[in-house]
Amino acid sequence: MTLDVRAPEHPRVERLEQVWEARPGLLGWLTTVDHKRIGLLYFFTTLAFFAAGGLEALLVRTQLARPNAHVLPPDVFNELFTTHGVTMIFLFVIPMTIGAFGNYLVPLMIGARDMAFPRMNALSYWLFLASGIFIYVGLFMGFGPDAGWFDYVPLALKHFSPGPNVDFYALGLILNGISSTIAAINFIVTIFKLRAPGMSLNRMPLFCFAMLAVSLALIFALPALTIDAVFLELSRKLSFQFFVPGHGGDPLLWQHLFWLFAHPEVYIIVLPAFGIATSIIPTFAKRRMIAFPLVALAELLVAFIGFGVWAHHMFATGLPTITLVFFAAATLMVVIPSTIQVFAWTLTVTAGRPEFRAPLLFIGGFIVFFVIGGLSGIMFAAIPFDQATTDTYFVVAHFHFIIFGAAVFPILGGMYYWFPKVTGRMYHEGLAKLSFWVSFVGTSLTFFPMHIVGLIGMPRRVYTYPSGLGFDSYNLIETIGAYVLAVGLVMVAANLLWSRFRGPFVGPDPFFGGTLEWTIPSPPPHYNFAVIPTVSSAYPNWDEQDRAVDARKLELGELTYESGHETPTSSVRDGALDEVAEMPSESPWPIVLALCAAVALTMVLLSHYAIAGIFVGLALLALAGWHTEEPEPVA
Amino acid sequence: MLRAWMARLRGAAGFVLVIATFALAGCADKQNTLAPASKQEGKISTLWWIMMTGAWIGFAVVVGLLTLGWVHRKREGLPWGGGERAATAIVIVLGTAVPLVILSTLFVYSDIFVVRSTAAPIPGTTARSVAVAGRQWFWQVRYPGTKAVTANEIHIPVRTRINVIGTTDDVIHSFWVPRLNRKIDLIPGRQNRVLVAADRPGVYRGECAEFCGLQHAHMSMQVVAEPRAQFAAWLANMAKPARAPTSAEERRGQHVFLTKACAGCHTIRGTNAHGNIGPDLTHVASRSTLAALTIPNTRDYLLRWIHDPQQFKQGAKMPSLHLTDTELDEVVAYLESLK
Repeated sequence: MTLDVRAPEHPRVERLEQVWEARPGLLGWLTTVDHKRIGLLYFFTTLAFFAAGGLEALLVRTQLARPNAHVLPPDVFNELFTTHGVTMIFLFVIPMTIGAFGNYLVPLMIGARDMAFPRMNALSYWLFLASGIFIYVGLFMGFGPDAGWFDYVPLALKHFSPGPNVDFYALGLILNGISSTIAAINFIVTIFKLRAPGMSLNRMPLFCFAMLAVSLALIFALPALTIDAVFLELSRKLSFQFFVPGHGGDPLLWQHLFWLFAHPEVYIIVLPAFGIATSIIPTFAKRRMIAFPLVALAELLVAFIGFGVWAHHMFATGLPTITLVFFAAATLMVVIPSTIQVFAWTLTVTAGRPEFRAPLLFIGGFIVFFVIGGLSGIMFAAIPFDQATTDTYFVVAHFHFIIFGAAVFPILGGMYYWFPKVTGRMYHEGLAKLSFWVSFVGTSLTFFPMHIVGLIGMPRRVYTYPSGLGFDSYNLIETIGAYVLAVGLVMVAANLLWSRFRGPFVGPDPFFGGTLEWTIPSPPPHYNFAVIPTVSSAYPNWDEQDRAVDARKLELGELTYESGHETPTSSVRDGALDEVAEMPSESPWPIVLALCAAVALTMVLLSHYAIAGIFVGLALLALAGWHTEEPEPVA
Repeated sequence: MLRAWMARLRGAAGFVLVIATFALAGCADKQNTLAPASKQEGKISTLWWIMMTGAWIGFAVVVGLLTLGWVHRKREGLPWGGGERAATAIVIVLGTAVPLVILSTLFVYSDIFVVRSTAAPIPGTTARSVAVAGRQWFWQVRYPGTKAVTANEIHIPVRTRINVIGTTDDVIHSFWVPRLNRKIDLIPGRQNRVLVAADRPGVYRGECAEFCGLQHAHMSMQVVAEPRAQFAAWLANMAKPARAPTSAEERRGQHVFLTKACAGCHTIRGTNAHGNIGPDLTHVASRSTLAALTIPNTRDYLLRWIHDPQQFKQGAKMPSLHLTDTELDEVVAYLESLK
């Protein structure tokens, strides 16, 4: 381990620096196609939305702290709990794990110089940003989405929701969905085609398996949501009757399509978190993952079976019992790949020599919370129990243990873990451990009592509740817990912010991690790898001989590809070297295209269809410009 | 000093556990799924206690393994010996075989057997039907075969299987009386049915469980289970038209009701008030609450409600009618007489 944070000095490295140099200043960021810069853009944007969503949650919890409270009027409450859900799912967790962590890390872990389609990568970020701004403009104008993130019809139809609130939701999600689809396609191609030579599928990091599973799931799940949102907008804007009984429509159509998307979505939320866990655990347990192939298989299976369980969100809608039984069985099946992973993580810790630094502590918390949320999840496969507790706070408890405990905790652990890679500096360990314990206590206090309060009869989505039903003290504890949790999160942010400027430099590999990102300098250079590494195991950074061989290749000019803006591709299964791909350079077209799309949807919202058509035309022109541009000739 | 603190902490933890158990098992249990008052809910709560026990065991196994990992952190390998192969074997056994057996058992028990008791009742096995329609934001209750219409208060004979037919007149609602049975969604274009029966006389609180807009939080109802004779008397009274006003004040109140906006939205059977926006008020004085259990049905609250409904239930469809104080007193006197 060296403390050298600079790349080795060599004419080939200088050449790479020159070829891959980023445009300076703001314009550089606006036109960037570098996966690391796009990852950072995603990171800071999603953090802002996380803060907004967290603030909304605190307001909601403040209103619910006491019975019959008047902190918020009911309309504002409904906007806040809806926007909280939409924000946390579409604008925080998914773009954070896929957009920020995935973008930054996948190319580094597989030994590539960028994503397969760098400009599409930029487009997916700008579309995501536009969707977030779109939804929040609605909220700040007093038209925040207010029919729940699940947005059931007919409540969301024009007759019952005449304001533009629901339009902000539906159009915003269409934009968001396009962004995610583009990102998912990009990840699949990147993971299949840009792996370093020798990285056959069975040697691919489990994080990348998780990203692959998530991307496949996204591609198949998102069309259902997009179609649903289009149906809703056609109903609201042009009086189509998709959801109206008596005109051949059915309100349950919305629910089927929504959950056909939204249940796979739950796995889309947690799978990257599983990937983060399987990155952190081997490093700190100082051993390879137990049952590595089983875990890889389990990650893919979760994403697959996740498509067969959606109707368990609809057990109280009066579907025939035989239908319910099928979906209950599928729901129980999806437990098996999860238990495999839980025991693989746990036993890797048990069998290793774990060093409980902050990232591993967060993963420990993640395992505990995931087990709680998973066990309560199994209970929903017991149809009668589901029918009793669905739409109560028991469900709120369950999915917050999953989404907060099992997705956000690995995200926080991952922030600490890769902080030295991204910044070259180390975070403050003591404060990090303290932030873990505060967050752990806060999470437990906030979400555990929700099980009890749900069981004793408190429904979800109520802006207040009467006293005398036994809800009062639990709700007060939950609210106190929410503030404790907020303190924990602020500590994480403060630690990272302070360490960014004051933390000690720690070199490229402070934790002795196993995957390829630890073989390169911190922060990584624009071209990532001076020599494209050759891989012979799942933990290449632990193969010292291989790395020594790579280092010698710089001298020989093997696998350095310094002559052009390019990265090698490899075969899908075995990772054998294929051809060399020319990579595009910085481009203004992604942001222009995203802007045109966003304006077009805004015009649809305002019912100015002609102007919307003009901007669709401009978007097509931008697309044409995108495709006529040649990669810059390299001098 | 530290030891004393630890002991005190343990004491506090034990206290919290005891409190939690109490809350789950009783105390404030008007709406408690775990305080069953019917065979159906009894089976659901038994299912819960079994699953909860299993869940704690599963939780203990994982946390136990993690704790062992911490205790044993200085040495490589499993604490009881063995390395990668042994650990993989445990993953396969605990991760696939054991859950397969447990989950299959749970599936057969809950989704083949218990599910029968929460399914919609087979036609002909119930003593009578009650039609419940969800409305933003109250419950309209009818007794098919009679003229009885009421709101938010469902009387049933005790120890009798009742077929509740749920529909909605606007958005999706969900009918849920936690102590009696599962919930059932009320969906436009559909008639969903659920069995309601109570083992003991009593008042069982219920609440709308599907988000239905602005005042979802104030859409409660209660099921009153009473001896058969009492129920029969109640139903006979409900089926009758409203009693005619007897005093002069009540007569003036009726006049106000029929000539001001009231009759546009409310029905009082036996008068010219045929509105269908708000609840049927034919026997409003016999109900114990107003505005779907938002406030008690006392003279004072009724007066304040009519004066300004929005202060109690912002967004409710009933506006303030700007009645004079005298008119208000008269209308209240009239409504108070509608037993």
